[in-house]
Amino acid sequence: MILMEDVHKVYPNGVTALNGINVEIKQGEFVFIVGQSGAGKSTFIKLMYREEKPTKGKIIINDIDLNQMKESRVPYLRRQIGVIFQDFKLLPKLTVYENVAYALEVIEESPRMIRSRVMEVLEEVGLKNKARMLPAELSGGEQQRVSIARAIVNRPKIVIADEPTGNLDPETSWGIMRTFEEINDKGTTIIMATHSKEIVDSFKKRVIAIEDGVIVRDEQRGEYGYEI
Amino acid sequence: MKFRTFTRHLREGSKNIFRNGWMTVASIGAVTTTLILVGVFLAIVFNLNEFAKNIESDVEIKVLVDLTTEEEDVLALGEQVKQVEGVENVYFSSNDEELQNLIESFGEEGRAWQLFEQDNPLNHAYIIQAEDPQETERIALEIAEFDHVYDVNYGQEVVDKLFRFNNYARIVGLVLIAALVLTAVFLISNTIKITIIARSTEIGIQKLVGATNWFIRWPFFVEGLLLGVLGSIIPIAVVLIGYNYVYENVANQINIGFVELLPFNPFAWYLALVILLIGATIGVWGSVMSVRKFLHV
Ligand SMILES: Nc1ncnc2c1ncn2[C@@H]1O[C@H](COP(=O)(O)OP(=O)(O)O)[C@@H](O)[C@H]1O
Ligand SMILES: [Mg+2]
Repeated sequence: MILMEDVHKVYPNGVTALNGINVEIKQGEFVFIVGQSGAGKSTFIKLMYREEKPTKGKIIINDIDLNQMKESRVPYLRRQIGVIFQDFKLLPKLTVYENVAYALEVIEESPRMIRSRVMEVLEEVGLKNKARMLPAELSGGEQQRVSIARAIVNRPKIVIADEPTGNLDPETSWGIMRTFEEINDKGTTIIMATHSKEIVDSFKKRVIAIEDGVIVRDEQRGEYGYEI
Repeated sequence: MKFRTFTRHLREGSKNIFRNGWMTVASIGAVTTTLILVGVFLAIVFNLNEFAKNIESDVEIKVLVDLTTEEEDVLALGEQVKQVEGVENVYFSSNDEELQNLIESFGEEGRAWQLFEQDNPLNHAYIIQAEDPQETERIALEIAEFDHVYDVNYGQEVVDKLFRFNNYARIVGLVLIAALVLTAVFLISNTIKITIIARSTEIGIQKLVGATNWFIRWPFFVEGLLLGVLGSIIPIAVVLIGYNYVYENVANQINIGFVELLPFNPFAWYLALVILLIGATIGVWGSVMSVRKFLHV
């Protein structure tokens, strides 16, 4: 479960990115975050995996109060959250397999467990036969699948994605969305910031709209709601 | 930390050594230069210290008795000297014995002095050793005030000079070495900084997937440690071979009582160990600096 109470974020340069956010997201929900560029979507997401700290307000993730959490516990928080970006953030010199295995190596899993789990996840995202390729040899959609595989490989309860389809063509985007739906079906919370009206409108999931750092709309089975 | 993680850090740290090419060579070179100088300096200082100590423990106070003193007063003076605080032992050397020593010390040419055997112009002497060599001067000054004392000689001046020279050498050496150590630390931290910058994407991803800070830091400590240890190889060889050479060849040539070099075993080995430890410290210090500054974990 994710809970935010009166969350504010002012960046050191004085820009107010979030200005009093109150929200509760239950385990297993699928949530779209929509809003204009600069509205504060990325900031909202970064607060959840502690890339940024709130200037004010309370954030609770899976029963952890982020304000009370020791700095040394941040890695353990992040192991409960898979993060996916528009630009994939894959390591270019590592193969598909190695990129995914990496997430398990840093948490000191056994080699045997890593091997079986990585193959399992690559199968899930449909890349089992490309395990030995380098990211550069893959299409954009395939690279994003690798980053999804990396995000879910250690079975996080929450997956957050910041415009994951922003760099992909519509066809490929749908494939990625189906993968998210499958992950969500297994009980993982999905939070996804997006600019895609088509995707939001067709999925009929919860939609949270942010404008100028505040939530202006929060609807179950909502729609994108902006004209493009 | 699990064993496989430990080996992973070793592997990563060593890979960085090769990745950084010339920077690695420069840092190892700086450590090497520093440690060679440290080694030579330490060898000199420790030996000078030993010389000074040897001389000091050999220091005697020689009390010359007035030529005109009656025999019983000579004996009384001896008793009086024994009572002085800090005096360890007192040896009476008659004027005949003094002359004999003098003649012997001149060898062949000493023959000339034999003329004096009939009419000895030398004084009787008391030879005193202090319990604590540092007390020599105080005791000497005290005895100089006694009746029937003609003169008091002691070798303190030589010792003082040697100690003073030694202190001076130590200060100059330490300043020089501190500057070199800092340079080496700086070069190492720069080398590691380059690694960190080159791997910033990787570090970011490590953090994202939940690597602990220590997991991220370790390879850089390993890198620093390796740079320091690699830099100490040549200095250790130089010290072992060099000291052995000096000890075997030079030490036997000069044979002035107190000039006795510390024996190769164990001194040179201790020196090697100290060099290795300093090298490792420089390396770890350099990596701690850059990790703290450039790795925002
Ligand atoms: N690291 C930062 N430092 C300063 N200002 C920032 C930083 N990140 C974002 N901002 C500002 O905060 C506001 C919200 O940005 P962001 O959360 O990225 O919005 P969105 O993802 O909705 O486009 C913007 O005005 C942006 O310029
Ligand atoms: Mg954004």
